[in-house]
Amino acid sequence: MGGFYTLLYKELLRFWKVSFQTIAAPILTALLYLLIFSHALESRAEIYPGVSYQAFLVPGLAMMSLLQNAFANSSSSLIQSKITGNLVFVLLTPLSPLEMFLAYSLAAVVRGLTVGLGVLLVTMLLTDVPVQHPVWAVAFAVLGGGILGAMGVIAGIWADKFDQLAAFQNFVIIPLTFLAGVFYSVHSLPELWQRASHLNPFFYMVDGFRYGFFGAGDVPPWVSLGVVAGCMLGLTALSLRLLATGYKLRH
Amino acid sequence: MPAIEVRQASKRYGPVRALDGVSLTIESGEFFGLLGPNGAGKTTLISLLAGLARADGGSLCVMGYDVVRDYRCARRALGVVPQELVFDPFFTVRETLRIQSGYFGMRNNHAWIDEIIERLDLTEKADANMRSLSGGMKRRVLVAQALVHRPPVIILDEPTAGVDVELRQGLWKFIRELNGAGHTIVLTTHYLEEAEALCGRIAMLKHGRIVALDETANLLKGFSGVRIRVRLEPDDLPAQLVHYHAGDEGALRLLQVQDYAQVEEVLAAIRQAGVRVLELEILQADLEDVFVQVMRAQ
Repeated sequence: MGGFYTLLYKELLRFWKVSFQTIAAPILTALLYLLIFSHALESRAEIYPGVSYQAFLVPGLAMMSLLQNAFANSSSSLIQSKITGNLVFVLLTPLSPLEMFLAYSLAAVVRGLTVGLGVLLVTMLLTDVPVQHPVWAVAFAVLGGGILGAMGVIAGIWADKFDQLAAFQNFVIIPLTFLAGVFYSVHSLPELWQRASHLNPFFYMVDGFRYGFFGAGDVPPWVSLGVVAGCMLGLTALSLRLLATGYKLRH
Repeated sequence: MPAIEVRQASKRYGPVRALDGVSLTIESGEFFGLLGPNGAGKTTLISLLAGLARADGGSLCVMGYDVVRDYRCARRALGVVPQELVFDPFFTVRETLRIQSGYFGMRNNHAWIDEIIERLDLTEKADANMRSLSGGMKRRVLVAQALVHRPPVIILDEPTAGVDVELRQGLWKFIRELNGAGHTIVLTTHYLEEAEALCGRIAMLKHGRIVALDETANLLKGFSGVRIRVRLEPDDLPAQLVHYHAGDEGALRLLQVQDYAQVEEVLAAIRQAGVRVLELEILQADLEDVFVQVMRAQ
């Protein structure tokens, strides 16, 4: 497992060396969202009894930042290494597909958790947010980071150019996170859009994570956990398949 | 046990047959040259050995390990210096080497890393970021990365392309020492004089096939012919010599003859024609002649 630890270490060092861009910047962005949206929408009715809109927004924003940064970590590392050609240094080694997958995904989870935690700490200074079931919150944070880390691995392997990766990010990741109920409860949507939201796996990550704070969600947490775990398994299997066959990596 | 054994390896890229049934055995401890024009299949063969590409047919082994079935052992046994000047801009030279060593599960490899840093003249740049290095320095780091896990087999894919003379000489001294210590070296290069000076055996590839494979000395011996470079006054070649004419280099005429006995015939013909010799040089065959002849013959 020595090779795995080294690849994980390298991936962590990679984002840590540019932490201003990879950690501080997304925390600032989330803070801006909070200030602007909570100010613009402060007159909205409470979504859960006793929970202000600003407080409601905090876990969603933290989760959104976590997911987007987990994806950005593995996908950008792979595409940069592919395009600059230095992925060869990993491909020449005895690292197995599982070791590669775990190293890239775990580094993505760590970056996601770091950003997510940063967002929570900063925003909780501004507003009171209860933490009723921390274990649920941690479980969804880790699984969400893992899913987006795996999606980043898949997108990083698939994309040949930066603009293909940007398209994946702009047309898949960002819409799915924004439409996951970060800024609203899906119960406030018309029936059709409520149903559509239930087809979005990101909704379950956000809803389950929010349950960890308020003890209430749009669907029961076990349902969310089931969907999220299923996604994790499916994406893990796909990533391992791509790495084992050498799709777009080994000709 | 052979260091490298390739049996009937083939590889296609779309309609292009990059490798077409190549078989090759390289014994442990050899200094082996892989020559051929661009697109001959040298880099494809190296990619198959290194696991960077998968063969469509045939099998390849490094130190007895199949590169697909036993890929972990095969890759541990192999160090590859890639042709492209690639690097990771996030790290320093020392970090790069420690990370590369770690990938092979060797985490306390500091003494050897220090040694290769010193041997490749990288000491002053050891803690500099890779981005700040010159091309030649980056090439040295590539060599260091290939050696970091002490592989018994080292493949260098055009390691001296665009490298200054001093580094080239230093690099070959180091590689020769590694060869002397028992490492098998496989080299591709466009500098034929390098291959001639270094390689004990040479394979020439063209269109994905091996077109010549022998000891370097035998290849040179087998190349029949001597060349005469001559400047005459008047400039025109005497009629008896026209069929020896193999080209011109400025005012110099190149004549191709079978052996030294024919050199005498050429000189006699010049004397008989009453032509003055201003310059005359007799040239031994070198690897370049062999290369050109083999490539033309195919």
